[in-house]
Amino acid sequence: MALRALRRVGAGLAPLCPGRCGPLSSAWPGWAQAASARSLGTSPLLWSARKFTDKHEWVSVENGIGTVGISNFAQEALGDVVYCSLPEIGTKLNKQDEFGALESVKAASELYSPLTGEVTEINTALADNPGLVNKSCYEDGWLIKMTVDNPSELNELMSEDAYEKFIKSIED
Amino acid sequence: MLRAGGRAALRVGSRGWEPGPGGRRHCSSGPDGLKQTPLHAFHRQQGGRMVNFAGWSMPVQYTLGHLESHLHTRRLCSLFDVSHMLQTKVFGRDRVTFMESLVVGDIAELKPDQGTLSLFTNEEGGILDDLIVTSTSEQHLYVVSNAGCRDKDWALMQGQAQELRAAGGDVHLEVSENALLALQGPSAARVLQAGVLDDLSKLPFMSSAVMGVFGVPGCRVTRCGYTGEDGVEISVPADRAVELAELLLRDPQVQLAGLAARDSLRLEAGLCLYGNDIDETTTPVEAALTWTLGKRRRVAMDFPGATVIVPQIKGKVKRKRVGLTSTGPPIRPHMPILSPEGRPIGEVTSGCPSPCLKKNVAMGYVEGEHSRVGTVLAVEVRKKSYPAMVTKMPFVPTRYHTLK
Repeated sequence: MALRALRRVGAGLAPLCPGRCGPLSSAWPGWAQAASARSLGTSPLLWSARKFTDKHEWVSVENGIGTVGISNFAQEALGDVVYCSLPEIGTKLNKQDEFGALESVKAASELYSPLTGEVTEINTALADNPGLVNKSCYEDGWLIKMTVDNPSELNELMSEDAYEKFIKSIED
Repeated sequence: MLRAGGRAALRVGSRGWEPGPGGRRHCSSGPDGLKQTPLHAFHRQQGGRMVNFAGWSMPVQYTLGHLESHLHTRRLCSLFDVSHMLQTKVFGRDRVTFMESLVVGDIAELKPDQGTLSLFTNEEGGILDDLIVTSTSEQHLYVVSNAGCRDKDWALMQGQAQELRAAGGDVHLEVSENALLALQGPSAARVLQAGVLDDLSKLPFMSSAVMGVFGVPGCRVTRCGYTGEDGVEISVPADRAVELAELLLRDPQVQLAGLAARDSLRLEAGLCLYGNDIDETTTPVEAALTWTLGKRRRVAMDFPGATVIVPQIKGKVKRKRVGLTSTGPPIRPHMPILSPEGRPIGEVTSGCPSPCLKKNVAMGYVEGEHSRVGTVLAVEVRKKSYPAMVTKMPFVPTRYHTLK
């Protein structure tokens, strides 16, 4: 997402740890490598641990479907989300395509697709409760689900550790 | 050049004194080159998230967050640091003539200690800044104008004062070094009353008085603000500003608020932001600020740009500032406004989702013939068109304290 809010001077830095969103630990650490290795073949990718983009979106794959959301760092910087602009089911997205926006009172932040695929579901709970993106960015505040047309794109994204290093480097 | 984030900015910077308007030291600069108000360190201690606003390091919000801070202001009250604005005192026998040579209002008709919103205009009829002029009972005019126009306004006023003196007039200007705190919301008066001897029920909207506030003597308290709520702006000596802020915050109903809440509150109240909703290309009539043109001044045509502005009052203007409301994605500045047929007829100048109304509010300019309240227009948001209705402002009813 486009996080213009990130430009700050002085103190009041957002905490780096996930806070309200809960710990980022992968549930099955050993399986991550095994699952990714399977994707090198012709069979579809069924599962992947959460990966991150440099625009602060995350995607995790289960049963061949990717769930997309924004990171805790992003929701903290954005502030209270009051409106979510999400695409229609069936929308075809290329990796890095703009697929919507999250609006705080102050500004809109665009969302960029982490992968190439087709939108299969959108989180309709966000229409009445956009604050879920802040309260539960990794669980109830998910944004869209999509097919994973090019599994190798997941290898181009950051692991949880790499993402944490990345956000430390931006804040300096 | 602004250095984003950075531990260097955490050092309280007091090196680098900047000569302010008039060549006098006014404020300190931090290591990032931004000006700091007397409450800068205090904001950071209180968890303020600092940003650059018009060359000043100002808190955009505190730990409460934007939404909660906005709602708190309308429920109880909030305290804002607005010391970045320019406070000028105008002295001299000819101070009213001086002021009237620059603004559109009937300044001579102001009662002692009464203030008014007015506009600096240029010869083309455009607005140079909006400001509040108060005719104090202490032989001076007290003028508060925007931070973003500080240098421009100072040069304008100094230049005009020099001309007037050269012609034998008696006027001189002084920049006030005071901090300026705004206390805004339905419980602001109650909070303040506990710290002042004056009966605040007798201080109506747009009037001003000097008083001790919670033991800090000589504060100018003006019943005005930028939120649409009842409230005051307190001009306090810089070296007592933090002390006064802390004393006000002792009341649990008072919360600190920053620039984010300030902006969404003023927009709900239908108040213009200079640089967005009004600028040197907008005339007071186009901007729906005809009421600022003094009755006597319209006849005398003796303010800058009068020959352009006065004919517009009875005549037609090409465009008019209107309020818009909509549902769906929020309306933001620069989005095109479309006629019912889909033709671009204007542009949004301010907009946000309204925390109070739970719909979108915005201001923009549209062709005159589409400006009637109730007209359904459309706004283009990310290449799609959404209906927006021309709406009377303020969007949220104002609650100024008037004497009935």
